[in-house]
Amino acid sequence: MKSSILQTATNYLLPLLLLFSVFILLRGHYLPGGGFVGGLIAATAFVLHMFAHSVRHTRKLLRIHPGYLMPIGLSLAILSGFAPKIISGLPFLTGIWFPEPIPVIGMIGSALFFDTGVYLVVVGVSLTILFTISEGT
Amino acid sequence: MTEQIILLPILTQAVIAVVLLFCWGRIRVQQIISIAGSALNVIFAAWLFSSVWQNGMASVQSGNWEAPFGITFVADTLSATLVLLTAISGLAVSIYSTATIVGVRLKFGFLPILHFLLMGLCGAFLTGDIFNLYVWFEIIIISSFVLITLGSEKHQLEGAVKYFALNMLASIIFLTALGILYGLFGTLNMADLAGRIAAVENRSLVYVCALFFFVGFGIKSAVFPLYFWLPDSYHTPPTAVSAIFSGLLTKVGVYALIRVFTLLFTDDVFIDTVLLGVGVLTIFSGGIGALVQTNIRKIFSYLIICHIGFMIAGLGLFNELALAGMMFYLIHDILVKTNLFFVAGLIYKIKGSNDMRKLGGMYKTHPMVSLLLAIPLFSLVGIPPLSGFWPKISLILGAVEAGNYIVTGMLLFGSFITLLIIARVWAKVFWKPQVETKKRPDFVYFSAFSKGRKFMILLPVAMLAVVTIYVGFGAEHLNTLAERVATELLDTKPYIQNVLGK
Repeated sequence: MKSSILQTATNYLLPLLLLFSVFILLRGHYLPGGGFVGGLIAATAFVLHMFAHSVRHTRKLLRIHPGYLMPIGLSLAILSGFAPKIISGLPFLTGIWFPEPIPVIGMIGSALFFDTGVYLVVVGVSLTILFTISEGT
Repeated sequence: MTEQIILLPILTQAVIAVVLLFCWGRIRVQQIISIAGSALNVIFAAWLFSSVWQNGMASVQSGNWEAPFGITFVADTLSATLVLLTAISGLAVSIYSTATIVGVRLKFGFLPILHFLLMGLCGAFLTGDIFNLYVWFEIIIISSFVLITLGSEKHQLEGAVKYFALNMLASIIFLTALGILYGLFGTLNMADLAGRIAAVENRSLVYVCALFFFVGFGIKSAVFPLYFWLPDSYHTPPTAVSAIFSGLLTKVGVYALIRVFTLLFTDDVFIDTVLLGVGVLTIFSGGIGALVQTNIRKIFSYLIICHIGFMIAGLGLFNELALAGMMFYLIHDILVKTNLFFVAGLIYKIKGSNDMRKLGGMYKTHPMVSLLLAIPLFSLVGIPPLSGFWPKISLILGAVEAGNYIVTGMLLFGSFITLLIIARVWAKVFWKPQVETKKRPDFVYFSAFSKGRKFMILLPVAMLAVVTIYVGFGAEHLNTLAERVATELLDTKPYIQNVLGK
């Protein structure tokens, strides 16, 4: 499908959707949102790009194979679980937080890193599946 | 001290799986990491076991949330033993799969998924929260779906559909039971639930809930009349996969039954009768089913069902002797059943068939290998001093002590029919002269393998055989262990105190 309207719109929508997905990821600790939903939105952004241009272009845009996002995300999540153990000897997965909030992002804790891991895994899985399907047809 | 290392087996498997994902496509590297990681995990699991053995059970609150609110992980003697057995079987399967799993299966992530499966198993054994148990079950079945379909041959997909449908159904029933339980008590921590269920006046609701649990776990552990998916699906994937499925996947269902019916729904006449009845029928139908088969992998699949019945009946008898027998049997069964499928795979590699009508003459052509294979086969029967003998004594004594002669008779019948079947397998595969069959042109026979590959196939079989021999000759140690587990299962107060800290 080649539509110049969609292609032009996608060039603006892609960064906007990615920004929105990060916003959803960051507000997720106490409010609706989080890594899973954020990851899905980010994946949607790339899928839209894939529809407008082609799988080849989207792969080029991503630079790395989306499959590699899975182990990267998983290791981030596991490391965020180990962090409290290493830093203060608390049990696995205990939430630890920086005392002061950081501008724009807000409070940063190990939970945020865990969520970012989930975000990456979701992007990786959904893009791997969708790329494979669209290349197969 | 023990608290620090409870999560270690789970996390090791998780880390191995993630590292393997990073090495996607580099098969040689994956195989080395998988074997080295599994060996490391055996050490960690042994460390956990010895720590629990010396210092008693321990629990850790993950995320540092207090007990009934957060997720607790508990390592009592039962869990620690099963985690150790998982690690040992996992190492054996990991070695075996490097030599037998080839081509696309490895390329599309067989090994990472195997380690995710092992992680799920360790998690299921260690968790102290029943909803978390459900989550681990999901991890196990999702990984097992991938393992059973990987390679997508036609008969494999046919088996996978049955496996998938029944296991999904089991999960939904399990989830329904959880819903009822949460509606009744507002908590899902097993230690927190333990005392409260006995006090509920609405017994019929408790029984409905217990039966939901029973059906859910019953499908997973393949008890009568919910077993028919097992013989249809277990012979289809590669043998390394069948081995881990038969050794551990059905046993995790049995473990869940043990946990739920000793900690939550304890010593109720109605429930015990159901367990005993189903146990007896499972022994009977599994044994009869195995008699008529000619494919040895199918025979072993039916024997799994038959021997699940032993454990369910032991659980239903609910006295110390029977529970100790059941525990001992569980240990023996995990090791031997894993090994049995290795044996079936090895016979397939040597002869190119698993059909008894086309086999024969193994003893003449491969005497040393045959003697090695005799160890798992005859310990399954329970020829003294091999490992199957001792737990059966405890189970039968337990049944006599309970005055239940139907169960006693059925246990004897089950042992007898196993003897008959294994004798038949031995006579037809090893002693009978070789039937003239054409060599399959496109099949790589065992004799054409390189020395290293032969060694990698025989090593796990020998490894598990050595452990089995230890279980047989060191029965005194194992019996002490089984008795300790039985005591812990009968008196749940220390478990509850340990988790809730009061």
